[in-house]
Amino acid sequence: MKPTDTKNPEYFHKVVDCQYACPAHTPVPEYIRLIAAERYTDAYMVNWQSNVFPGILGRTCDRPCEPACRRVRVEEQPVAICRLKRVAADNKDDITDRLPEIPKTKNGKRVALIGAGPASLTVARGLAPLGYSIDIYDNQFAGGGMMRSQIPSFRLPIEVLDEEVNYILNMGVNATFDVQVESLKEILDKEYDAVFVGTGAPRGKGLNLPGLEDAMPNVYLGIDWLSSVAFEHTTSIGKRVLVLGGGNTAMDCCRTSRRMGGEDVRVVVRSPFEEMKASPWEKEDAASEGIPIYNNHVPKEFVVEDGKLKGMHFEKVEAHYDEEGKRTLVPTGEDLVFMEADDVLMAIGQENAFPWIERDLGIEFDKWEMPVVDEVTFQSTNEKVFFGGDSAFGPENIITAVAHGHQAAVSIDLFCRGEDVHNRPPPHVTLSSQKMGVHEWSYDNAVANDLRYAVPHAPLAKTLKNRKIEVELGFDVETGYKEAERCLNCDVQTVFDELRCIECDACVDICPTDCITFTTNGAEEDLRKRLEAPANNLAQDLYISADLPTMRVMVKDENVCLHCGLCAERCPTTAWDMQKFLYNVSKAGE
Amino acid sequence: MSYQLPKFRHPELPVNDLGYTRADYEGAISTLCAGCGHDSISGAIVRACHELSIEPHKIAKLSGIGCSSKAPTYFLGNSHGFNSVHGRMPSVVTGAALANRDLLYMGVSGDGDTASIGMGQFTHVARRNLNMVYIVMNNGCYGLTKGQDSATADRGSASKKGDPNIYSAIDLCGTALQMGATFVARSFSGDKEQLVPLIKAAISHRGFALIDIVSPCVTFNNNTKSTKSYEFVREHAEATGTIDFVPMHSEITTEYQPGHAHEVTMHDGSSIRLYKMDESLNPFDRRSAVNVLEEHRYSGNILTGLIYMNLDSRDLHEVLETSQRPLNSLDESDLCPGNKMLLNINASLR
Ligand SMILES: Cc1cc2nc3c(=O)[nH]c(=O)nc-3n(C[C@H](O)[C@H](O)[C@H](O)COP(=O)(O)OP(=O)(O)OC[C@H]3O[C@@H](n4cnc5c(N)ncnc54)[C@H](O)[C@@H]3O)c2cc1C
Ligand SMILES: Cc1ncc(C[n+]2csc(CCOP(=O)(O)OP(=O)(O)O)c2C)c(N)n1
Ligand code: SF4
Ligand code: SF4
Ligand code: SF4
Ligand SMILES: [Mg+2]
Repeated sequence: MKPTDTKNPEYFHKVVDCQYACPAHTPVPEYIRLIAAERYTDAYMVNWQSNVFPGILGRTCDRPCEPACRRVRVEEQPVAICRLKRVAADNKDDITDRLPEIPKTKNGKRVALIGAGPASLTVARGLAPLGYSIDIYDNQFAGGGMMRSQIPSFRLPIEVLDEEVNYILNMGVNATFDVQVESLKEILDKEYDAVFVGTGAPRGKGLNLPGLEDAMPNVYLGIDWLSSVAFEHTTSIGKRVLVLGGGNTAMDCCRTSRRMGGEDVRVVVRSPFEEMKASPWEKEDAASEGIPIYNNHVPKEFVVEDGKLKGMHFEKVEAHYDEEGKRTLVPTGEDLVFMEADDVLMAIGQENAFPWIERDLGIEFDKWEMPVVDEVTFQSTNEKVFFGGDSAFGPENIITAVAHGHQAAVSIDLFCRGEDVHNRPPPHVTLSSQKMGVHEWSYDNAVANDLRYAVPHAPLAKTLKNRKIEVELGFDVETGYKEAERCLNCDVQTVFDELRCIECDACVDICPTDCITFTTNGAEEDLRKRLEAPANNLAQDLYISADLPTMRVMVKDENVCLHCGLCAERCPTTAWDMQKFLYNVSKAGE
Repeated sequence: MSYQLPKFRHPELPVNDLGYTRADYEGAISTLCAGCGHDSISGAIVRACHELSIEPHKIAKLSGIGCSSKAPTYFLGNSHGFNSVHGRMPSVVTGAALANRDLLYMGVSGDGDTASIGMGQFTHVARRNLNMVYIVMNNGCYGLTKGQDSATADRGSASKKGDPNIYSAIDLCGTALQMGATFVARSFSGDKEQLVPLIKAAISHRGFALIDIVSPCVTFNNNTKSTKSYEFVREHAEATGTIDFVPMHSEITTEYQPGHAHEVTMHDGSSIRLYKMDESLNPFDRRSAVNVLEEHRYSGNILTGLIYMNLDSRDLHEVLETSQRPLNSLDESDLCPGNKMLLNINASLR
């Protein structure tokens, strides 16, 4: 193999598993260390720069970082990255003086943002400090998009949402609420320099089953029902509720139902339990609120008697898999299952809908009626119009919308300055030695054995009574510290200097996880078989040195390195050093 | 400075016949200087014991005084240990071994501990062919007391702060051969490929097995004028040949050309295979071994690998016909066989 080019920022970036997995590439270990140091405001700002909504995300993020966390490769549970973010938000001081300054004199460029969800707000956060004049249009009464209309208050209190949305709305942006944009042409006619479409995926999918027409008064689309609860148009639900679907929307529907008068609330899902789309923690929370999940049940029909919904019939199925692992649900042949219901919520998915975008504006749509959008620049085929968040490629989550928003802001800024939108600014990276003394590091290199700490919950008796009472209480400061100490500091990189190495084997002998091998070079496949310990995780790179005096090379399998620094401590010549690698995605104007 | 090794290990570490991973044979985190050759030897011992599937509680590691003699703390943390007096490890092992022949005795010593203060003990334990592995972590100096030349320092070699040594060196392999040792090998801490099979062979050998391991002292004796530095040893080591250890019951998988390899069955049923042996050396002939050692000394090279092995070795227990069972398991009826037996004995002496 060729010696590893550690000058390429992507090499060390990939080693920081959580940051790499985060769509916005939040420097996770950096903020976790700041939490351990009780520097909550600093930790909050590291987050804010990357993901704009630390308090919101610290409660609701889909957390793709956690399954990626290195800890799951050496023990059971990842670091509670998401809930640590909340610790920073809960304990920070006033941050208003740390927010970017908004220039009094504008740069003369006007940008329209349609929708006020996380994607649009992120674009505003990027462009307002650069002097852009920004107009936001949204059909809800306040900003936040689905974070306001869909995510229930028992998961995300309104005050937390308002605070972080307002940091952006207070950047001198001009927001018009309660307005439905009916025509993109009208917006374009206002001669904006650029338009960003951040309207999400606002249409709920339904199931057209026999009996639906008669059952209609008691059947709701999940996302419409949730927003009507959030906006207080709906204040109750029947005692017996069936929620159809296995995703996070279904989980929010059933848990909200429990708080709105539902006593026998059931989730019924076609797929096997393990394959439900809902995150494991959402399923756990539903279970702890006494909500059973019936899996392998396919809805067949609504049962209506005397013009009133009585319940539903379901067909029991089994999942069968072919050689490629493709699933088919095969009926078991048992009798249909009847379940009683006063109300039914259909939470089986959302889709995009752009009836308000005229098809003659130069914006190309594909066969699924989705706009053709560049995955890097977020530009549509009309160079002035950009898309991001759920409106670009279908429903995802908040952190993805934020990541899109950052990149779209970069593009819009480049575009308005007349530059090529493909000319992306490189990330900001720094690499700095953590050596403080002969065997001393400026990071806490000892590896904590603690198992993951659980976030405490408010008592059920209390939370089920009022949908606005937050269920999770968050870590207290002491538990937050202990959880933070579980982080392995994957951004503190093991950096090898072949010119200093005397091949004494000290690093090989000390490494607790057998990462390091000195051997003759070879092709990757061959090398992986010759290392001190099995190197079967192909997703993790091998770090290869140049030739050493004995004509061997140093090979380090990054897979289960604990970043404990022992290799560097035991190296007599400082050929190994522990260096902190900070990687920040460039934002607009940087 | 880290005082504890992290608990986590590679999740796919291979397990041996006993179900243990290499980690079960590790010891406390080392406090030796970073880069000390002794740590690599500890690593090689861990590997050899793991691969041989020896139950950790069936091993006793004993040592004298010195950095090398501290090393047993850093391997085989689940085994018995005895850190004795400077140069006196052999007599403690002798006592222990006579009391209980069931344990594997792993003596660990330094060149100071062995070739200076412990020379008398060393020669006698070799001569008695006590069943033990005797490892010398040989750095040519007294590391623990800040690097004074030891008796194995070569003439003309100089440590970091010292003048060239004016005395001639004691060759521990030569001495052991002279004294009647039945297994003699030399190796280098920086060459685990050679060292691990040698340690395994020494463990399987019944009788006194010496491995003299050049082990650079990075702090006091790893400079350009030293003949025990990493660089010098790498440039001047000359292997007698390569050696493979094949444990008992295991299938023989590697093929070898007859004439190029020599297979030897050990006492415990395992075997070792010697490849590409130096033409002039017959490792089963003591005179040949002595000659080859001498030749290398003249040429200024360091002969490594298996140097001598006596296939007919009879260890001290066999010679003395000692108790098969550990002394602590003998009860009163074993120790006082009764009046009738005493009368028989007396009668036999009349
Ligand atoms: C029930 C539910 C729970 C969820 N829970 C989570 C969670 O816990 N964590 C998570 O990360 N994600 C969650 N999501 C997904 C997340 O809410 C979205 O992915 C995210 O909000 C998308 O952001 P966006 O900015 O693209 O659009 P949105 O947040 O959808 O915002 C779009 C805004 O534009 C408005 N709009 C649309 N069309 C027009 C128009 N023509 N004129 C004017 N205004 C318009 C909409 O009303 C809305 O206010 C959840 C989604 C649902 C449905
Ligand atoms: C009876 C006695 N004499 C002298 C000493 C001082 N002393 C301690 S270690 C040592 C030499 C150790 O050298 P070596 O065995 O080569 O070990 P190294 O530290 O080099 O590994 C000496 C002379 C002692 N501890 N006890
Ligand atoms: S251990 Fe810490 S730095 Fe490493 S992946 Fe997990 S959270 Fe990120
Ligand atoms: S930091 Fe060094 S010693 Fe620690 S696990 Fe990683 S490679 Fe091994
Ligand atoms: S002084 Fe020398 S022998 Fe002792 S621990 Fe340090 S390097 Fe090793
Ligand atoms: Mg010594």
